[in-house]
Amino acid sequence: MNTQSDNTPESSEVNDPAYSRSSTQPFFWSVRRELWENRSIYVAPLIVAAVVLFGSLVGSFHLPDRRRLAMALDPAQRRAAIELPYDIAAMIIILTAFVVGVFYCLDALYGERRERSILFWKSLPVSDLTTVLSKATIPLVVLPLIVFLIIVATQFSMMLISSAALMPSGLAGTTWVNFNLFQQSLILLYSLIVIALWHAPIYGWALLISGWARRATFLWAVLPLLAIGVLEKIAFDTTHFVSMLKDRVFGAGDTAFAFQPHHGVAIDSLLQLTPGRYLATPGLWMGLIVAAALVAAAVRLRRYRGPI
Amino acid sequence: MVAETMATIEARGLRKAFGTTVALDGIDLCVEEGRILGLIGPNGAGKTTALNAILGLTSYQGELKVLGRDPWTQRDGLMQDVSFIADVAVLPRWIRVTQLLDYVAGVHRRFDRVKAESFLAKTTIKRTSKVRELSKGMVAQLHLALVMAIDAKLLVLDEPTLGLDILYRKQFYDSLLNDYFDHSRTIVVTTHQVEEVQDVLTDLMFINRGRIVLQCSMEEFDSRYVEVMVNPEHVTAARALKPIHERPVFGRSVLLFDHADRDQLAAFGEVRRPSIADLFVAVMSNNATAPPPLPRQATAPEVTK
Repeated sequence: MNTQSDNTPESSEVNDPAYSRSSTQPFFWSVRRELWENRSIYVAPLIVAAVVLFGSLVGSFHLPDRRRLAMALDPAQRRAAIELPYDIAAMIIILTAFVVGVFYCLDALYGERRERSILFWKSLPVSDLTTVLSKATIPLVVLPLIVFLIIVATQFSMMLISSAALMPSGLAGTTWVNFNLFQQSLILLYSLIVIALWHAPIYGWALLISGWARRATFLWAVLPLLAIGVLEKIAFDTTHFVSMLKDRVFGAGDTAFAFQPHHGVAIDSLLQLTPGRYLATPGLWMGLIVAAALVAAAVRLRRYRGPI
Repeated sequence: MVAETMATIEARGLRKAFGTTVALDGIDLCVEEGRILGLIGPNGAGKTTALNAILGLTSYQGELKVLGRDPWTQRDGLMQDVSFIADVAVLPRWIRVTQLLDYVAGVHRRFDRVKAESFLAKTTIKRTSKVRELSKGMVAQLHLALVMAIDAKLLVLDEPTLGLDILYRKQFYDSLLNDYFDHSRTIVVTTHQVEEVQDVLTDLMFINRGRIVLQCSMEEFDSRYVEVMVNPEHVTAARALKPIHERPVFGRSVLLFDHADRDQLAAFGEVRRPSIADLFVAVMSNNATAPPPLPRQATAPEVTK
């Protein structure tokens, strides 16, 4: 993803031994830089995971009773009941990551202008394209990866806690039989990719606003959308725009999974994943095109507008 | 790609307007390799706009080449060879000194980390500190250490010592001259603290309201301008030689001359080298009264026509 201009050495210095030893990696270091500055990228999901674990520790006192009740249900319902806390844990952490990602983007190109450090970043041979792409990589690649690792670790810890709590009643094995961590991890990875791609235009919008607004990036990002929704409702008495936004925020799973009737949102089989149907969704591709356009606009803005 | 010898910065008719405000009003400029140019002007004169144009941070009209490149369209390539300090304290406040070194080493091909570390070793800056924990003077030292470790062809400094105390300012220019500058580099600096750069510069440029009002090398400066502390009995005779400025000092008059006969002036009193600051005041006060037609009576008598 490195841009040409960053890596192509100037012809006159190519053979200079003093420079050939140091190969630069502007993109890699730009991503690391973001993680140095924004520790909330991993701290916030970790805190939520810790809270979840603490909750399951406290809840484990009643676990034997609940498990006995669950064992009386039919196999499908039993599985659903045992899986539920693990799914909830995953969803809370994913939701946290989404909020962190949006707020990260809203500050990504605004903070450097506010504290004037953009004048320092722009004094280095790192192109605006590299900088903006490194910032877009955080919610689209880095956050999903971090979230994946944290959720798997959290769920594994929850399984250990539940095993320990169920050991005296001899039910410890029921957790491992009914919750297949390996398979659920694959499903989780797929879900995170699906969600990241679906949310790409949201992050792109937040990035563009953060590069454009002189203050109050959150209000600039949200109020215009709200205004369009209200205007549409008043003028035409329709809610197409609002339902489009709602679909963009919550609709990632609509075509990516085959939800089973009477089973809620639980996904416990690889057969329920429908990547073909997801990839055939026009909304996915329209979203990605819009995201690319918004990021391109953010690059242009950082490159061609006055630095502050 | 640079075969023939060329100027580091070449501008012709450089112009920039923000709405109806003209920041740069047709500037011609040529800075050769190995020069240290001081760009001096009052607030809002267009200095920063000129530097931003040179650094590809703002668009402009007219012709501008920096190291043979158009800074606006070829900025990414240009920044391999140019470094700049755009203001005091633009280093990100959250970053640690070690992280800063890691980052610059990771992205800049011409950065010599060992050099930066040895500059830092002469300061009291701790490697583990965050920038926000450093004093303003230390942040300037840190930024200078980074910039001096970059083997750039052109270094641009925009008010690099603003708000620093005299010790840091002196040290800043001393290290720049002794540890960084050689004749294959070019430095452009703007500052309000003209006294301190007088012996640093090789070239001088005064800019006011987007126009260049004076441009000369320091050798020219020394040969052209002379200041005389005139004894009271000779004041009238000295004034007849058309000084460009006159100021009273301890009841005596100090007259500043451009292109005057030194032997003739020596008869009036003590002859000495003027400071850039005095010349600046003289040129600016003359320049300020020239374009807008002021009431005749208010115009000082020594203004040259």
